[in-house]
Amino acid sequence: MTGARPLNPGRWLGVPMLFVILATILFAAPIRMWGLQLPEPIFAMVPAFAWAVIRPSILAPFALLILGLFLDTFWGGPTGLWGLSLLVAYACVLAGRNMLTGQSRPMLWAWYAGACALSMTAGFLFTMMDSLAMPSLVAVFWQFLATALLFPFAHRLIDRFEDADVRFR
Amino acid sequence: MPFREGPLGDLKVPLTWTAAVALIVAVVIAVAFLLADRRETLQQQAYGVTRQTVDTVSKPVSGVIAAPGRWTGVGVDAVRNYFFAGSENARLKAELKEMRTYRDKYLALVDENERYKSLLGLKTDPPIPMVAARVVADSRGPFANTRLADAGKEKGVVVGNPVMNERGLVGRIVGVAPGASRVLLLTDIASRTPVMIDRTNSRAILTGDGGPNPKLDYLRGSEPIQAGDRVVTSGDGGVVPRGLPVGAAVKGLDGRWRVVLFADSTSIDYIRILLFKDFAQLADQQALAAKVLPPVITENPEQSILGPARPATPPPAAPPTTGAAPATAAPAAARPTTSAPAPAATRPPVTTRPSTTSPATTPARTPQ
Repeated sequence: MTGARPLNPGRWLGVPMLFVILATILFAAPIRMWGLQLPEPIFAMVPAFAWAVIRPSILAPFALLILGLFLDTFWGGPTGLWGLSLLVAYACVLAGRNMLTGQSRPMLWAWYAGACALSMTAGFLFTMMDSLAMPSLVAVFWQFLATALLFPFAHRLIDRFEDADVRFR
Repeated sequence: MPFREGPLGDLKVPLTWTAAVALIVAVVIAVAFLLADRRETLQQQAYGVTRQTVDTVSKPVSGVIAAPGRWTGVGVDAVRNYFFAGSENARLKAELKEMRTYRDKYLALVDENERYKSLLGLKTDPPIPMVAARVVADSRGPFANTRLADAGKEKGVVVGNPVMNERGLVGRIVGVAPGASRVLLLTDIASRTPVMIDRTNSRAILTGDGGPNPKLDYLRGSEPIQAGDRVVTSGDGGVVPRGLPVGAAVKGLDGRWRVVLFADSTSIDYIRILLFKDFAQLADQQALAAKVLPPVITENPEQSILGPARPATPPPAAPPTTGAAPATAAPAAARPTTSAPAPAATRPPVTTRPSTTSPATTPARTPQ
């Protein structure tokens, strides 16, 4: 019964975490091309969406929490902001994963964009409460757009591990 | 013994529910972190050891990652300079011609300014020492706008130091680690900077919101601002020195006054950290510190309400005329029992009042 074999956490959790951290550090480089800076997408949204779709897990929420704490510390933001925002999106996707299973790629992309919007909205509200000021909606929209464009990576991660454990299909 | 061969090996728990519990625990931890965060206080104590460690580790890693981009920029500049040397030369000549006019005006104004200063006896601020640093990483999101610079504690950088590039104010230091420091940009949502409009001296608070153009809040005065007005730091509160260039005023799409930052007109790869803490450091602290305090002459400590209690004694027949007399005339029971009479003899002449002002006699003077 190979289908019931649990996934190796190092492969489906550890490796994506490592890639997310590397990509975040890479895009934090102070590079300007033709007067424009690099975008700053939330790479951690890719595993936050994909891990919830692949299967429920005990380790995944804590992995997301660690990723969020890394983002806050590396970017100099309020500690816990991205951990909480990512977990909100993860929880919603996990609750609706039965609706997502078997959906076409464009529909999954729409769901992923919705999860990004949810996470950004949570970040917006938490920042408002933490700093007692309203962040720029335009800046939030640009970051949402840059993050929503990362769906192909999330789809690849889902494709790679969705069938690895048939108990959760 | 492996876990699966033990007595708990056959224990099955519903994974979906366990995952839900794990998710709730993770959310609770994240909320606790967020509630415990004191980033907005901008104090060194709030910048914990974890952040300092991450900054120290990030500095070399981000420096290596940023190096190819920096080299590419230098190469592109070199190629551009080579191919556009002629047009650049013509442009620079025109600029030099214009600048010569400004130079003459500048020298005349400096001379006039010096004469005014000498007439008024005006004492201006001394020059502020600076530290040059290179930016190795930056965050540009709506919820955090910071930069990591490669100068830290070892160069005397402390929390609160203003940061500039060659065009204008960039932000200020909010965290210092060995070899690295974190700069909070003017555009960050936690940034508040006292500024003024150069033309009208109207005060305002420059408030970041995560976008490229921070807002001008609490503008005071009638007709205080026009589009294009130059905005500089006001120095109010001693957070930053007065007169640092910040940007130009523009009307935002939301109808609010905003500032196009001068510092954004060029890449912020090299910065200058002003070793300026507050106005207190500009004064000569040693000269201000009094070497010898003047004697405090208030009342006889022997008879003070703070001194040792003494029984009520009848007033002497004649009030003493010398300072030492009441102390020697006091009863032995009222004297301190310690064997240190010397301080009493070296005390300043405080007993100018008669000894009848002792606490025991004061009730008699209360209104009847």
